Amino acid sequence: MNAFVELVRRDLLLAWKEGGSIGVALGFYLIVVTLLPLGIGPDLNLLSRIAPGILWVALLLSALLSLGRMFESDLEDGSLEVLATGPLPLPAIAAAKSLANWLTTGVPLTVLSPLLALLLNLEIEAYPALVLGMLVGTPAVSFIGGIGAALTLRARRGGLLLALLMLPLFVPTLIFGIEATRSAMLDSAAFLPSFLILCAISLAALVLAPLAAAAALRFQLQ
Amino acid sequence: MRLIAEALTSTRGGRSLFSDLSFSVEGGEALVLMGPNGAGKTTLIRIVAGLLAPSAGAVRLDGGDAERSVGEQCHYVGHLNALKAGLTVEENAGFWCRFLDQGGAADRVEAALLAFGLAELGDIPAAYLSAGQKRRLGLARLLLAERPVWLLDEPTVSLDQAAQEMLAAAAGAHLAAGGLVVAATHVPLGFARARELHLGSRAVTA
Repeated sequence: MNAFVELVRRDLLLAWKEGGSIGVALGFYLIVVTLLPLGIGPDLNLLSRIAPGILWVALLLSALLSLGRMFESDLEDGSLEVLATGPLPLPAIAAAKSLANWLTTGVPLTVLSPLLALLLNLEIEAYPALVLGMLVGTPAVSFIGGIGAALTLRARRGGLLLALLMLPLFVPTLIFGIEATRSAMLDSAAFLPSFLILCAISLAALVLAPLAAAAALRFQLQ
Repeated sequence: MRLIAEALTSTRGGRSLFSDLSFSVEGGEALVLMGPNGAGKTTLIRIVAGLLAPSAGAVRLDGGDAERSVGEQCHYVGHLNALKAGLTVEENAGFWCRFLDQGGAADRVEAALLAFGLAELGDIPAAYLSAGQKRRLGLARLLLAERPVWLLDEPTVSLDQAAQEMLAAAAGAHLAAGGLVVAATHVPLGFARARELHLGSRAVTA
C-alpha cells in the first residue's frame, strides 16, 4: 500500500513539475469548446441542446491526448523494469498509474467543465449533473485508457492506434455521461439511472482494467 | 543463500542464445558474465530478474523469502538508469528508497548518495547530471533497499576510475554481508570472490 501511494505521489509530482500533459489536455478542451459555437452560430437554444454532447466528446478527446504517455516515459528511462521488480504486483502498478492519470487529467478537465458549459449556454439545472457525471465517469476513461496505453506502448506513434482500439470501450461511458446530463435538463428524476450506470462502468473499470493493462505490460517487458 | 539456474534455454527472435545453461551462485559470491556482444548476457540477467520468461528452465533462490518471487529479491540495474529528468537527485533516490524498501529508512538516501559521491548534488535536477553521474545515481539504488541479489548489466559504462572503485566497494560490502552479485561486463570489475561464466561459446554457427 505504501509503495502504491509513493508511485501515485511521484507521478503527481512529475505532472506538476513538467506540467505539459495537464496543460495540453486543458488547452485542447478549451479550444474545442470555444471554437464549436463559432462554427455552429449564435443559436442559443441549439447550443444548449447539444452542450452535454459537445462537452463530453471534447473531454474524451482531451483525455485521449494524455493517455498515450501513461507508461511511455517509464519505459523509455527504464523505470518500468525497476517498478516491475518492486514490491507492487503489475496490476497495482497499472492501477497507480491510471489513478495518477485520472487525478492529473480527469479531475482538472471536470473542474474546467462548468466554466466551458457557460460558453455553450447549458441550462443551469444541468450543472450538478454535468460535474457529478464527469467526476464518476472520468475514472473509467483513465483506467480503460490504461489498457490501451499498455497495449500500444512499443508502437511508434501509437496515439492513433490507441484511440482506435479504445474508442469502442469508451462509448458506454460517453453515452451514459451525456444521457445523465441531458436527462437532468429535462427531468431531474431521470438523472439517477444513467448516473448509476456510469458509476457501475467506472467501478468495473477500476477492478478489471488494471488486470488487463498488467497483462499487456508483462508482454511489453519481454 | 544460493541462486540456482536450472537448464535455462532462451530463444530471442528465432535465434537460440543459450540452451541448457545451469549455474549456481552462493551467498557472498559474485558471478561475472562474460561474452561477446549478443551472447545473451542481458537476456540471462533479465530472465533472473523475472522480466523475461525463459523458453525452458527455471531460476530459484534457496534460502530466500518464499513469499516473494526471485525478481522481487533482486536489484536490477540495466542499461537505463530509471531516473526522472524533472526530479532532483534526492527526489529520485528518495522515491526508489520508499518504493522499494517498505520499511523506508530516511538516512538510507543520504548514505547511498554519499557512497556514490553524489552527496553534494542532492538538489540538482537529474537532467543536469553528466552521463557518469546519472549512472552513479542509477547504481545508488542498490543501496536504497535491502535486496540479497544484485543484477548488474554492464554497470561500469561511462563510470570514471573513482566511481568504479565506489561500485567495487559497495559490491564488496554487499558480498561480505552474504549477498550475491550477478554482473555482465566486458571489463574487470574488481569484485572479490568472483567466478566467471563465459557465454556465447556455443552460440552462432556461421
